[in-house]
Amino acid sequence: MSAARRVPALGFRRRWLAAGMVLPWLAACGEETAQPFHSVDVTGASFGQGFSLTDHTGRPRTLADYRGKVVVLFFGFTQCPDACPSALGRMAEVRRRLGSEGADLQVLFVTLDPERDTRELLSNYVPAFDPSFVGLYGSAARIAETAKGYKVFHAKVKGQTASSYTIDHSTFLYVHDREGRIRLMARESTTVEQLAADLGRLLKARAA
Amino acid sequence: MDRSLFPRPPRGSRLLASPLFLLARHARRAVTRPGCVRWLSTVPLCALLAGPAIAQVTVTEAWVRGTVPGMQATGAFMRIESRADTRLVAAASPAAPLVEIHEMAMVDNVMRMRAVPGLAVPAGKPLELRPGGYHVMLMNLPRPLERGSTVPITLTFQSADGRRETVKVAAEVRPLASGAPPASGGGSASGGHSHR
Repeated sequence: MSAARRVPALGFRRRWLAAGMVLPWLAACGEETAQPFHSVDVTGASFGQGFSLTDHTGRPRTLADYRGKVVVLFFGFTQCPDACPSALGRMAEVRRRLGSEGADLQVLFVTLDPERDTRELLSNYVPAFDPSFVGLYGSAARIAETAKGYKVFHAKVKGQTASSYTIDHSTFLYVHDREGRIRLMARESTTVEQLAADLGRLLKARAA
Repeated sequence: MDRSLFPRPPRGSRLLASPLFLLARHARRAVTRPGCVRWLSTVPLCALLAGPAIAQVTVTEAWVRGTVPGMQATGAFMRIESRADTRLVAAASPAAPLVEIHEMAMVDNVMRMRAVPGLAVPAGKPLELRPGGYHVMLMNLPRPLERGSTVPITLTFQSADGRRETVKVAAEVRPLASGAPPASGGGSASGGHSHR
């Protein structure tokens, strides 16, 4: 680690100061090792505080319903030819790699296209990647509010016909730990191996 | 040199005059009696035969992401190669009333997708349409594209001199979860196809 390499350059007092700054941080995340996550650690962030939507079976759902599970949220739309199926395909692969550990991994797909992504369509689309995956939808206002709550960028782009519009959107995966706290944001470029490693660590921590 | 590679035209046959046999005879003579002049003269003869009727563009590895009921759009991916500089200017399919050529780009983790008027296919440099880049977008699909079936797609190419060429491809319908972009790693397990 670069910090360790720099230590000899520091004076005695500074060395203790540095240790004093690092130790409480190590203790705070006792469930994991001191290694940083591959994803962006957003523990303690003010965004991503949950949602109140409807799942693809028609049941109202909030983040609290998934307490005890590590939750991965992805915002997208089913008419997306590329980024969305790739992200869901990657998460299905991550879940397979985690094996029995992955049983407590809950992937949620939140539609940014409530106009076209009906409950029925989501019920066909989302479980096609993995039967455990759940699609979430809501009114246009509720979806906009949820996206804002997670700082998701999304903008409708007109197409040739009224029904052929597309949606530009950010492609982060948002991860909540077993206690529902927002913990990680994974970029589109995060590999399956890295995601499996990060989520595996969060899954090892038993819910309180 | 294996002479059987070059068929001997039937003597006295009317086929003797056909260009293919002319070329075959020419090539056989060029091989059996090597000489620079003969090989050089092969070039214009080949060019004559190649003419405008022979395709400049080949399309391989064409596939479409399968859809589930209710899904109205999906992407088609393929590898396009051309012997001469050309442009992909249009795409059409009986499976979708609206077909566009799209560019997908990730800018600061934001997925942006736009229709483009065409894509350049430089001579000898394959153009890859694949997840994470370009695709042919099939829209307003009246019915789902089922895994294992094929989707006919007609691609129109236009060269700088305005000459048009159409290529028909039968794109294989692959599972919805196929083909994570290479950047995400481990894509092979979800798609079972390779990117080059």
